[in-house]
This record gives sequence, structure tokens and C-alpha cells, in this order.
Amino acid sequence: MAKAILYDSTICIGCRQCEEACAAGKKLAYNDKIAAEERLSERKLTTVRTYGDRFSRKLCMHCQEPSCASVCPVGALEKTKLGPVVYHEDRCMGCRYCMVACPFQVPVYEWNSRLPRMRKCDMCVDKLAQGGITRCSEVCPVNATITGERDALIAEARKRLAEKPSDYYPAVYGVNEAGGTSVFVLSAVPFNQIGYNTQIPKSSMPQLTWNVLQHIPQVVAVGTVLMGGIYWITSRREDVAREEGR
Amino acid sequence: MARRSFFTFWRAVGAALMLAALAATVLRFGGSLGASTNLNDRFPWGIWIGFDVLCGVGLAAGGFTLAATVHIFHLKRFEPIVRPAILTAFLGYLLVCLALMFDLGRPWNIWHPLVMWNPHSVMFEVGWCVTLYTTVLGLEFLPLVLERFRLERARQMLRRIMIPIVILGVILSTLHQSSLGTLFLIVPEKMNALWYTPLLPILFFVSAIATGLAMTIFESWHSARAFARQLEFPLVQKLSRVLAVMIAVYLAMRFMDLSGRHAWGMMDQPGLERWLFGLEIVLMGVPMLLLFRERTRRSPQAIYLCAVLYLLGFVTNRLNVGITSMERASGVQYIPKWSEVAVTLGLVAAGFAIFRVAAHYLPVFEEEVPPPPPAAWEAEATRAYSVSRSE
Repeated sequence: MAKAILYDSTICIGCRQCEEACAAGKKLAYNDKIAAEERLSERKLTTVRTYGDRFSRKLCMHCQEPSCASVCPVGALEKTKLGPVVYHEDRCMGCRYCMVACPFQVPVYEWNSRLPRMRKCDMCVDKLAQGGITRCSEVCPVNATITGERDALIAEARKRLAEKPSDYYPAVYGVNEAGGTSVFVLSAVPFNQIGYNTQIPKSSMPQLTWNVLQHIPQVVAVGTVLMGGIYWITSRREDVAREEGR
Repeated sequence: MARRSFFTFWRAVGAALMLAALAATVLRFGGSLGASTNLNDRFPWGIWIGFDVLCGVGLAAGGFTLAATVHIFHLKRFEPIVRPAILTAFLGYLLVCLALMFDLGRPWNIWHPLVMWNPHSVMFEVGWCVTLYTTVLGLEFLPLVLERFRLERARQMLRRIMIPIVILGVILSTLHQSSLGTLFLIVPEKMNALWYTPLLPILFFVSAIATGLAMTIFESWHSARAFARQLEFPLVQKLSRVLAVMIAVYLAMRFMDLSGRHAWGMMDQPGLERWLFGLEIVLMGVPMLLLFRERTRRSPQAIYLCAVLYLLGFVTNRLNVGITSMERASGVQYIPKWSEVAVTLGLVAAGFAIFRVAAHYLPVFEEEVPPPPPAAWEAEATRAYSVSRSE
């Protein structure tokens, strides 16, 4: 049921039509100058990066257990059953913890707006909800980016690795990163050579904070009893001292 | 005369800082975060979080530390310094909330965490705790106002529920002082190993207690000077011993943690990190060693200096966690804009100014038994002496 994206960087020709379609879908201006900025920003929610004669796309990874949704104090970010991680602008208070927490450094901010929003790719959730595919998949002339069922795409990625082992670095980026994502990347070279962070833990990130947060009820219960008990003992000691002193 | 002009100088500095903060406020709310800060997509949190929130909350830890000491542990001799500690804490939290309004992109939504829950978020928990604890501090501070306006009935009613309130305050403080460390547990790949540790919550809590003690010493010294009062020196001496022990506990945990994670190797890596780490450790270690010497603890000035050194170490630590430790992974260098610094220093200056005014108009120091004037005391003693002689 959950949708995902597979991006095969070995096929990508760097035509940037995905960028343009994304900008159009999000009603963002797009021109040569913006195309040349090879980083995510409020102007650009996906980008093609150039590494010599190789290209690599960057977009929200739509983690299975997203850090951003976990850290958001107001639940402005939500992992939908459909796959995309979506942003509810009206809930956001602008603390930017999502930007700090995202291991892929995806969320960007409208720094110069008086009514600023966090911006990021939403996997064209409007189109997915109607059974469609993402705009970047739609326009890709060489099918380097495709949209599909998450399980089916992982199988497809592994099939490509098995069929042409000499063309690929033998791993699928995104299957294990941060406990698994909904965007998978194939590459001819180690991923860190084309701009993907390989230092990201392979386990669920929200667990790191939940390990501590889940103990709050214990701290409250034990703490209250302990403080109350100490108060009871010391105040009794005081009463006794007062009685005896008299 | 020299003393008087000294104070006027600091008043001028304070006024200048607050004016600069005002200019920065125009830039922030007339413009945007982009216009008033050097923050960017790669470095979304700056000194408004690193100093104003992380340090601000820690520096206000004297409130719960002293309230617990006196009201829960019944160490009544510390009573004279509870009220200034609570006033400092209350002001501190109000200023933290104010600073947060600058940092939030949509400050008018600051109340959202109270109704839009996400219990998995550390920030959600911190938001709730800070809101509740600021209320608790308000209630702990209220008796001063009620006393001032002689509202005895209300004061009696408040006194009856004060112990549960104090206990609630200690619990809430334990939770959010540690949670400010928990905030960073979710970014293991971004933080330098000198600071990233699963122990962050515990380290934040222990250092907050030490900071509460150091701040109490700090404000004792300053109010003694400003209001020409007796410095509660025997109390400060006792606090300074506890402070030394708390720093020792903190540093022991810190060193064991660094060794346990084999993180000392980070000291071989060139860059600013190891120096700022060293600075933080030295600024905490030196006052600890000094305070363990009896000679240091005999001098009010020396104790005050040690407290200041430790506080600087604490501030360095929080700034390191919030800023230094994450700069390298972000790939950019963050240097705060003048307006970020102006707001921060302006709020500190406002804190000093409001404390002064509040201490002037409210019975902050009234619980202290005024020492009888020497002449009367001597007369009394002489009379008592002669009475006992004649018997």
C-alpha cells in the first residue's frame, strides 16, 4: 500500500526536468539561475547534484520512522499511511527542531518571510492520493526516478543489482538508513562519493529520544514519592526537635 | 564616590544593551528571521537557542535547588536566600519565554504544544514543563507580592498548598533540565563525539544543580553589594562546598563517559572543537579545585570568583552542545549576527534591572533577621553581663 520512489543514479542524465516539474507543482519560480543552485532551499524542494559526470538527486527521504515527525512538538509533520511525510502548516510554530533533527538535512525554511513555513518534498501526496505518481517520476525522460509500491521497488532495486552487478555499487541506499526510508537510491560508486550521507545510523532515530522520554512516568512517580517522603521525615524530625526543645 | 560612578557606568551599559535589543527587535519583527539572524537551512539554531534557552533555563536552576533544600530537606538555615533564588528563577523563565518569541518563526503559535500534542517529542515535553514550571515559580513568588500588599488571608491559603507546589516544581525541573540534553540525542551523526553521549540528559541535570548553587552565590554577592546588606557568608560558604562536590560529580561522570565511549581521540583532531572543549573543562575544573581548598572558602571574593568561573564553564558547555558540536557536520560556520547578540545581552541586562527593581519594592530579603545596630547590641551585652554578675 505504501508508496515509494526509486532513483537510479546510473541512468540519470542530469536534465533537471524533475526539478522543473517539482517547481511547477509547488508554484515556485524556476529558471537557469535556480537550476544552477545545486542545493535544497525554499526555492527548490528537490535538486540534481553534479559529481563529475555523475548525477545524484536529493529530496525528502520520507523515512518510515521520521525524526522530523517524532521531534515536532505540535505534530505538524505526519507520516501518512500512503508513504509521504506531510507538513501541516497551520499547526507549525516555527521552532525548526525538524531541521535540526533530520539526518538527511532536508527541511528548509522561508527565512525571509514574515509568515515562514518549513518546506520540503511531500512526494506529491495530492497526486498519490488519486492513484497517480509523483511529478518527478512523470517527467523523467529515462525513468531514472520511478514511483511504486515500497516493497515492489525494493525488489526492483535488488533485481537490478543482481542482473548487472558490474554497473552498481552493491547496496540500496534507503533500505536501512535511519531505520528505512521511502526513497531508494542506486549508484555506480559508494554513496558518499555522490553526496549521500553514509554515516546515518541504520536504526530508528526516534527511538534515541523515546528511550529517555518513556521513563518520564517513572521519574514523576518515584520523584513525587521520594520528595514527599523526605519532606515527611525531615518535617517530623523538626517537630520532634521543637517538642524536645520546649 | 568611586563606587557610585561604577554603578552609574553599569547602568549606562545596561541601558545601551537594552536599546540595542530594541533596534534588533524592530529588525526581527518588522522584518524576518533571515533579516535579524545569521541562521540558515544548514544551521537552523543559533544563540537564541544555545544561550537564551539552554543557558537561561540552567541559570534559573537555583529556584528549584534552593526550594528543595529549604522546603523539602528542611535545611532551614538557607531560608534567607530562597526568595532571591526564586525571584531569579522566575525572571529567568519569563526571559526564556520572551527569548523564545524571538526565535520562533511563528511566535503567535507558541501555545500550540498545549493543545496539539505529540508525546514523542522532547520539545513538546520541554514546552509543557516550562509552562507549568513558570506557573509554579509564579506561585512561589506570589507570597512576596501578597506580603507587600498585606493580603494575609490569601497568603495563608497559599502557604497551605506550598509543599505540593514545591514538590511539583522539583519534578518539573528534573524533567526539563535533563530534557534540554535529551533534545540532542536524536542527532548522533551530526554532533561531535566530545559532546554527544546517551548521558546528555543526566549531565544536563547534574550541571544544572551545580549552576543553581553557583547562581545563588552569584546573586548573593551582587545583592550584598547593591543593597549594602550583610552577605550571608556562612551560608555562601556552605553552598560553595556543595558546589565543589557537584562539579566534581559532574566532571567525574563526564570523564568516565568520554573514556567509556573512547571519545578522547577526538582531541587529536585539529579545529576549534578541542580548544572549546578544553576551555569548558578548565572553567569547571579550576573553580572546583580552588573551592576544595579551605583558604579559598575563607574569602567571599574568592568564592564569588569561583562561582563566576564555573558559570562561564557552564555557559561554554551549553554553547558547545548547541553550536560548536554541530558546526562541522553542518558544513557552514555560524557566527551570530549583531542583532542576535543584542537581543541576548539586552535580555540579560533586563534581567539584572528587573531583579533590582523587584528587590527594591518587594520583601525579597525581608526574611533575614536584621542585625541589631552595634551600639544597641553592645549596650544589651553589657547589661546582660552586669546582670549576671550581680546575681
